[in-house]
Amino acid sequence: MATVQLKSVEKAYAGHKVIHGVDLEIRDREFMVFVGPSGCGKSTLLRMIAGLEEITGGDLLIDGTRANDVSPDRRGLAMVFQSYALYPHMTVADNMGFALKLAKVPEAERNAKVAAAAKILKLEDYLDRKPKALSGGQRQRVAIGRAIVRAPKVFLFDEPLSNLDAALRVQMRIELARLHKELDATMIYVTHDQVEAMTLADRIVVLNAGKIEQVGRPLELYERPRNLFVAGFLGSPKMNFVETAVQSADATGVTVGLPGGHSIKIAAKPARVAKGDRVTLGVRAEHLVVDPAGALVGRADVVEHLGGEVLAYVDIGGSMVVAKLPGHDRIVVGDPVSLAIRDGGAILFDAKGEAMPALGA
Amino acid sequence: MNPKLVRKLALTVLAWSVAGIMFFPVAWMLVTAFKTEIDAVTPSLVFSPTFENFVVVDQRADYFKFAMNSVVIAFGSTILALALAVPAAYAMAFYPGRFTKDILLWMLSTKMLPAVGVLVPMYLIFRNTGLLDTRTGLIIVHTLVNLPIIVWMCYSFFKDIPNEILEAGRMDGARPREQLFYLLLPLTLPGIGSTALLAIILSWNEAFWSLNLSAANAAPLTAFIASFSSPEGLFWAKLSAASTMAVAPILIFGWLTQRQLVRGLTFGAVK
Amino acid sequence: MTATVPLPATPAAKGGGRAVRTLPFIAPSVAVLLVWMIVPLAMTLWFSFQRYNLLNPFLTGFAGVENYQYLFEDPALWSALANTLLLVGWVLVSTVVLGTLFAVLFDQDFFGRGVARLFVIAPFFVMPTVSALIWKNLLMHPVNGFFAYVSRSLGLPVIDWFTNIPLTAIIVMVAWQWVPFATLILLTAIQSLDRDQMEAARMDGAKSIALFRYIIVPHLMRPIAIVVMIETLFLLSIFAEILVTTSGGPGVATTNLTYLIYVRALLEFDVGGASAGGVVAIILANIIAFFLIRTIARNLTA
Repeated sequence: MATVQLKSVEKAYAGHKVIHGVDLEIRDREFMVFVGPSGCGKSTLLRMIAGLEEITGGDLLIDGTRANDVSPDRRGLAMVFQSYALYPHMTVADNMGFALKLAKVPEAERNAKVAAAAKILKLEDYLDRKPKALSGGQRQRVAIGRAIVRAPKVFLFDEPLSNLDAALRVQMRIELARLHKELDATMIYVTHDQVEAMTLADRIVVLNAGKIEQVGRPLELYERPRNLFVAGFLGSPKMNFVETAVQSADATGVTVGLPGGHSIKIAAKPARVAKGDRVTLGVRAEHLVVDPAGALVGRADVVEHLGGEVLAYVDIGGSMVVAKLPGHDRIVVGDPVSLAIRDGGAILFDAKGEAMPALGA
Repeated sequence: MNPKLVRKLALTVLAWSVAGIMFFPVAWMLVTAFKTEIDAVTPSLVFSPTFENFVVVDQRADYFKFAMNSVVIAFGSTILALALAVPAAYAMAFYPGRFTKDILLWMLSTKMLPAVGVLVPMYLIFRNTGLLDTRTGLIIVHTLVNLPIIVWMCYSFFKDIPNEILEAGRMDGARPREQLFYLLLPLTLPGIGSTALLAIILSWNEAFWSLNLSAANAAPLTAFIASFSSPEGLFWAKLSAASTMAVAPILIFGWLTQRQLVRGLTFGAVK
Repeated sequence: MTATVPLPATPAAKGGGRAVRTLPFIAPSVAVLLVWMIVPLAMTLWFSFQRYNLLNPFLTGFAGVENYQYLFEDPALWSALANTLLLVGWVLVSTVVLGTLFAVLFDQDFFGRGVARLFVIAPFFVMPTVSALIWKNLLMHPVNGFFAYVSRSLGLPVIDWFTNIPLTAIIVMVAWQWVPFATLILLTAIQSLDRDQMEAARMDGAKSIALFRYIIVPHLMRPIAIVVMIETLFLLSIFAEILVTTSGGPGVATTNLTYLIYVRALLEFDVGGASAGGVVAIILANIIAFFLIRTIARNLTA
């Protein structure tokens, strides 16, 4: 059992609040990812859980016990740092065994634990090396190994892959997912990379300016973002937003205008809007299809042929939307394009940026 | 011949000429140290080398008394200064407070005080406390003179240790004392070593206080060598031999620490 | 100034809720330096307003500005100040110019670079009294010195350096000691120069001279400023070199401020007068120190 609960947790530096009352419950054996733009407070929040930053308000509960004033090493956590923070003067084995040595674990037991961790991470051949003699990916694994040997209740990861090159990052991502299954432990993982968040997480916490924007399973967040921020943050290419106004709203849906004079009816509950209200129409690139009868009419401005798919940036009366088209599409710059939205592919956001619930939701 | 090599050869000749001219006085001292007193006063390179001068210097017991003074003062003041500086630098580097920067700059400012400005009171204090012409007295002064530089150097070496490494140590359960002994000191040992060497060099070569606050008993080599300036002490070859022995160890220390020296002497402003 | 350093209560600093107190770590260093600075300084100031001569115990009491008046009316002070400025000025000019050229030269690729560098910086590690004796006896001695030998071999008149041009002789000697310092620091600075920037300038067609003028020199401005300030502080208190070679003479031709105060205090035992001179020296040094500390402080925040 290892749960982490945050109750109205706050952080202030010299009176300046950077974390505003976060409430969150991380379940046993869950892979929880904190994601958000830089400066959103995700790392601070993780460091507060770790005990490296003081909690200035609210409570942190680890396994139901208040841990605000427990020193970092007694919280039963282990952390993997962005820079790996390996001890440069120690061998790989000593790096991994340092915590056990400090805890006065007998040497034989220590060696056994280090060997076991090295086996999981395929580091057996490198145990006598110093960190300097390792590649980036190997150093990363040592950092993880250092966490594993302590058999912590919760693993904390602070942007662990951001110092690796793209290919290694993909590989380590897969390994981390495997590790989570193997170790069966609770993990909290901070990243600014939404692909890591989507692929690794059981649940994602989207943070912005020290507040939680939304918590949920990756697809839930992707498909039903609660607001403009979450919708814009997750997904690549970024979700298309078209600023528009309500033309009519009734029980069958909300009709909004489009640049170029067309209009479109979205299956959203009309409760919060009336005719004339400003709203934002959000559509993901993959929900746009080429359709001669489509309501979004314009010209292709930029076309990126990626092989498997084509990204077409279409200028529709002043606003730019990007459509993800099948790879065989031979569209070129300057082509006239008409786009339609797939059923259920559009989300309306009210003037405050909140998503409007879909009909039947 | 290819023009790159020509250029390199030309540079080699030029640079070595400069190096030769700069090193010439030292080299000349070395050469003279191996001459007889008769040869020493004729600036010629043709002579039969002799170790006689070193033997004579060696036999003069007082040379070793002064050399011993230099060693005791240099090492004593260095150890004392490090004992004071390391904890202060550690606290300032890892637990900075509101006044840390001010304290550092203030320490630096004490180094700017011209020694001669406080010569009179120091002389009187030393005379009245019986510290005049004692090794203890010079150890104290050299410690104080070098303390700011040593604090600064240790501070900058500690500062170079990424905070995350110490945080990792904290996560691993290292208390401040364990962090110091298991992580900080092993990681900064080269830096602290070169700081110590620099302190030894500075103390060894310090002339102002050594000349003014010591006499027959506690005088280090700087003061001893100065006593040769009187005309009756003109034994050039022996003087050169004594000087060579006084300079050689420090020259080697200096060569070993040149990079750290830049850092220490410019207070980290040039790295 | 208070030495109490309240900490941002980091949890790391906490062992069961109590913050690490840094005071015991910092206090010893601060305390000894505080005593070292304040006590002698206060005494110097106090003595400078007293009648106090160690040879004449009956001459006591408050002197007012008498010591200062006497000091400023003494032509020796003005010649000492002039000598101090000449010495500092000429040594600065020669060490910065030569140091810059040497630094650029020793940054180039040539055979035996590492060893040659060691040879160039060697003079800096020679203790001042030794270098004074080398220059006085082995090199500049009018009869048996190496320079005299060279002059005679070339049929030129022999220069009696320390008699005829004593200040120049001291300037040459001190410059020799300090060129390595300037070279070492400027060489380190050049090595930290962004090589990409140099490459880019080369691609832009910059020749060696232009490279030196527009890339290297501007990059060296700050290190040069630091060299100038640090050297100034040391050069203001040049002492051993003068004591060993000329003892301030002939007459007062090579007496600088430091040496003048030394003569007043330890040869004439005029504590009051020497202290007044000390105060002048402190003020002079503080003007330089102010700029130096400001430069370094800017670096500390960066």
